[in-house]
Amino acid sequence: MTTFASEFKKMAGRYTADLTHRAFIKKALSGYYQKRDDSKASFQSWQGARDLAAETKYEAVNHLDRYLVEFAEKIEARGVKVFWAPSAGEARDYILGVARENGVRSIIKSKTMTSEEIHLNDALEKEGYGVFESDLGEYIVQLRKEPPYHLVFPAMHLTRGQISDLFQKELGSAPTDSPEELTMIARSVMRQKYCEADMGISGANFAVAETGMISITENEGNARLTTSLPRIHVAILGIEKVLPRLEDLALFLPMLATAGAGQQMTCYNTMYGGPRQPGEIDGPEQMHVVLLDNRRTEILADAEQRDTLGCIRCGACLNVCPIFKNVGGYSYGTTYQGPIGSVITPHLRGLQDWKHLSAASSLCGACTEACPVKIDLHHHLLQNRRNAAAAKPVLIEKISFLGFAWLMSHPSVYHLAAKLGRIFQPLHPLVNGTFLDPLIAWTRSRAFPNLAPTSFHEQWKKSRK
Amino acid sequence: MSDGKTIILNRIREALRENPAPRPHASHTSSDREEVPRDHTPREWLPKVGESLVEQIDLFARQSEGLKTELHRCGNMEDARAILSMLTTEGGWKKIATHTTPDTSALLEKNCSEILKTDTGYRIDDLESCDAGITGCECLVAQTGAILVSAPSAGGRALSVLPPHHIIIARTSQMVPDLTAALELAKKRYGNKFPSFLSFITGPSRTGDIERILVLGAHGPKRLTVLLLEG
Repeated sequence: MTTFASEFKKMAGRYTADLTHRAFIKKALSGYYQKRDDSKASFQSWQGARDLAAETKYEAVNHLDRYLVEFAEKIEARGVKVFWAPSAGEARDYILGVARENGVRSIIKSKTMTSEEIHLNDALEKEGYGVFESDLGEYIVQLRKEPPYHLVFPAMHLTRGQISDLFQKELGSAPTDSPEELTMIARSVMRQKYCEADMGISGANFAVAETGMISITENEGNARLTTSLPRIHVAILGIEKVLPRLEDLALFLPMLATAGAGQQMTCYNTMYGGPRQPGEIDGPEQMHVVLLDNRRTEILADAEQRDTLGCIRCGACLNVCPIFKNVGGYSYGTTYQGPIGSVITPHLRGLQDWKHLSAASSLCGACTEACPVKIDLHHHLLQNRRNAAAAKPVLIEKISFLGFAWLMSHPSVYHLAAKLGRIFQPLHPLVNGTFLDPLIAWTRSRAFPNLAPTSFHEQWKKSRK
Repeated sequence: MSDGKTIILNRIREALRENPAPRPHASHTSSDREEVPRDHTPREWLPKVGESLVEQIDLFARQSEGLKTELHRCGNMEDARAILSMLTTEGGWKKIATHTTPDTSALLEKNCSEILKTDTGYRIDDLESCDAGITGCECLVAQTGAILVSAPSAGGRALSVLPPHHIIIARTSQMVPDLTAALELAKKRYGNKFPSFLSFITGPSRTGDIERILVLGAHGPKRLTVLLLEG
């Protein structure tokens, strides 16, 4: 067993046994379900919108070269420096270089999972830059020196009491149990940082090829401040973020809001096409766009799972996933949690090291149903299992399945085995749960069902007589 | 040694060559790399919007209520001034930021607050110390209760987000039915010379990051007021 898999098992066991945590996550999500359903109901057809979104992403992803080039040419024409980063290291080095060349001292960031993916903060801090996360949830987990718990709701696992304690300790604020007061504390701390920062780093939800713009979806206004006040704006985005046309945003903005947060539209949906243009009074002097591959092209090469590049990182699949709701965001040990994370992490970080995530699934299909761009998530989990076994068969599994196949194709042996099972089962309580128990993997946390006194086969035979 | 762009584009082309992905729908059977025919537009599926202006203003008003946008219908500029003066007194405002348009100028006639104009630039701390920011907009979107602003129509990027109260002065003629129409309008108005900043503002700034409980005024304005003039 790899260390990632054993760590997952350990963490998942711990979180699943933590009933308070499970109840808290369940409560936090209950409001989301209601709002999401209301917002879906306002659509003339949510299913029609999903079909169109899937088609649009299909078009974009299957012509990725064409649309990326179009996007880059258009936005470069407006004075943006586009950097194509084949790997995480090259993206980090470029951003560090921009900071160094411009004598940057303080950096403000708005929420970007892509920067989490390449561990940008660590790299910047190691070079001595002050880096401040401005999204409230991200700021909270940054103060706790934790990664985001959920790719859309980074601090959803924390109670207001924990956040109050944290602010008291780190910021010297007075204790409070009011979410509003806590938000205002963060607001006033962050105002200072915005005014001081000389570099703003953001992600992007979409890149529009037709007009050469990036689009950022948010509620707080922190991304708008991050991209308005500092003199340099760096946007980092995966190469799969590109959309062909500006009108496509009319579909994707409300869909992202609905699936992600149960809103018809989030508070701010902003399109940025360049640094300050001639005649404009504010905005950064420089804008850089970093297009990150970091093994996304390996997903692209897998035609079967190519649709995962359509992912808009709304988090809907996490919110409905029975595994996520039980094991929580931290058990995964990945940047992207939940079903989408379980599907793409093996591509991004190695199949054999991360195949266990594809086994941690009930295959119920709730994720696939929730996905606004119709990614076939639960089948992709099955494909990962298949691919992992084909690439590196596990001996014990191979032997077991050979034995099972032999047993199932020899009815007389099968019947004999069933009979023996019935004879020996009454003795099972003697060893139940001990190291002598042959069923220990099952009985450690579950009861083993009793075999029926007569099998269906026997009953059938008898009734035919 | 090839550059990043060449490396990535080569990887993409290699990945896509002779390797078609299944189409999302059975109706599209061809698997070549031609553009997917678009049989539908977002308009068919997105929330329905009435055709008349009255219906659209009605919908915008309902959406505003849900979003906690404070919408005031104003018969004339005098009404709008009265609301602004009420807000000024109520909030004890001393300094208001704005940019120059015929409507913002008319609105601020007779207002005794100190005025900061962003027309030729501003100091960040100066703008930060304002009690409210008054801007125009590109258009209002009935479908979602969003307001499209841009660098030229909202006095730059920060005027509409830095002060704690954002006031938009708009006209009923600026109402468009939906997001598609709003984006079409922007395209028609600017052609290839888009402003570097365009934003759909949908209610005052908000967060749910603490226990998923809604709090207004996370980093942007705590209040959003729309003064909607006839005409």
